[in-house]
Amino acid sequence: MLHRYPKRVAFIMLALLAIVAFYPLWGPAVFGDQSEFILEKLTLMVILALFAMSLDLLVGIVGLVSLGHALFFGLGAYTLALASPDFSPASLWWMLPLVMLVAAVAALVVGVLVIRTKGIFFIMTTLAFGQMLYYLVSTSPFTGGTDGVFIMFRPSVTLGETPLLDMSDPHTFFYLCLVLLVIGFLFLRWLTRSYYGQVLDGIHDNEHRMQALGYATHGYKLIAFVISGVLAAIAGMLAAMQYGFANPAQLGWHTSGEVLMMLILGGMGTIFGPILGAFAYEILLFVYEHLTMHWPILMGLTIIVAVLVLPRGIAGLIIAPPWQRKKTPAVEDEVAASPSVRSTTQHKEG
Amino acid sequence: MSQEPILATHGLTRRFGGLVAVNDVGFDVRPNEIHAVLGPNGAGKSTLINLLSGELPPSEGQVLFHGKPIQGKSVRQIARMGIGRSHQKTNIFPRLTCLQNCELAARIHMGGVLGSWRSRARAREVTERAREVLATCQLTPRADTRAADMSYGEQRQLQIAMVLATAPTLMLLDEPMAGMGREETVQVTDLLESLTDRYTLVLIEHDMDSVFRLADRITVMVDGCVLESGPTDQIRRSEKVRDVYLGRHHEEATA
Repeated sequence: MLHRYPKRVAFIMLALLAIVAFYPLWGPAVFGDQSEFILEKLTLMVILALFAMSLDLLVGIVGLVSLGHALFFGLGAYTLALASPDFSPASLWWMLPLVMLVAAVAALVVGVLVIRTKGIFFIMTTLAFGQMLYYLVSTSPFTGGTDGVFIMFRPSVTLGETPLLDMSDPHTFFYLCLVLLVIGFLFLRWLTRSYYGQVLDGIHDNEHRMQALGYATHGYKLIAFVISGVLAAIAGMLAAMQYGFANPAQLGWHTSGEVLMMLILGGMGTIFGPILGAFAYEILLFVYEHLTMHWPILMGLTIIVAVLVLPRGIAGLIIAPPWQRKKTPAVEDEVAASPSVRSTTQHKEG
Repeated sequence: MSQEPILATHGLTRRFGGLVAVNDVGFDVRPNEIHAVLGPNGAGKSTLINLLSGELPPSEGQVLFHGKPIQGKSVRQIARMGIGRSHQKTNIFPRLTCLQNCELAARIHMGGVLGSWRSRARAREVTERAREVLATCQLTPRADTRAADMSYGEQRQLQIAMVLATAPTLMLLDEPMAGMGREETVQVTDLLESLTDRYTLVLIEHDMDSVFRLADRITVMVDGCVLESGPTDQIRRSEKVRDVYLGRHHEEATA
């Protein structure tokens, strides 16, 4: 029922996955000399899709709008940068669990303090935590100040002494990111359809009612906050692997705002929407940057138009195309989820 | 009727600034009775039920559930103690199906999310319990309908089903018939009547016919105070109640 979408969603997502996954085959023929550069962009989109998807669990599913999500993205990047040896590659086998652990602990600490707040207060406290860490890393010599920390070698994937994957190869790295995105997506899809996901839906719709039923809602929200932070940190680690450095900008509020725009563009609360949003945002950014140096104006206008015309983002357009709006039950799902209709299902208190 | 009360209040008072919404209310609810709270608008009925369910802390006095004070406990803890409540507003989860709404309510009292995750048998028990309460509330045919697609009356019934799914020992129902048509009101009245052998109910309701048909005892409130409390027949015959509440009610109706 909930979080189950028409078959065409799966079809479109699988088709897009195939197009992206087979890029190394068709890319050079289409883009020629530019194909390596496009592959790099594509890898970045995949990483940002994972980042956006992680935020969707918090914003779209639980209903907590965070403006400090880049904190975990940056934390992933810095953990990699600071834990990597200077003259040899780290092993991804322990780097990935380490990044996840650091993010989980950080999310738990931040979460315990912010999870009881709601609305504007949650936005402001998450923003405050993000900016605190931003200030800390950009002023501390230990983290390289505003220059950040360079990563000389990408972590290696080996079996004993034998290298399994050549991470310096952009194709290999691209596939690593893609595999992690798919795993992240399948995990979140399973999570949102599980009993736990049902509780999160309940909290999103009416937290007070969930408490009256006996649910310790803060605990459930905290778990979502931690999962979301861990996934964001994995994305951050991949971003640092791609760029070869960790930089304060990766955990600034600007990055948090950008990923939120990807969510709005893609469609919140759908898990697959943010993937589309991340791709759409990066493609638009690429096009606008080439068109004019005043690209932020164009991007701003695009977001405004998206909010007005596509309140459920690109995902909403796929779930319920305008020509099918009367027939598709999923539309009613979307409608029922909208606050305006929800209030009409409640009898006015007399 | 000499049993120990399941719920008792002593000197219960709640002030909002200068307004005393509930003033020194003392009443008790005995096992397996329907105790109705009557009163005109603004009499403090909803504040009283919010005090009983722990959603509001009292300014003075206390609420005893099975002889133990509930003060200082959260809404969640009170719900887990066995006090289930339905709200005046239809408070269901519109995006979930009728069955899922009840499962959500049943699950937390049957091992929680982890319990259902760990054991398939437990997950099945939760579903069975949810189906059981749907059957009690005659909602079985609507089990797989999204709550948002149900009629208003059905949504109100679902709300009662959700309270039942939490297996409470005491149910606090805040105007379960609010906004219903005659037919639906009769249906819900029948439903509540069928529950009396298994549950204890505190019922706030405006519909006089239903109250007099259902209630074993009635507490009448006016301006935050208890005007009279006693068996239904006593309240029906009470001059005081007739003058203050039924009289006013009658005047309102004829105005």
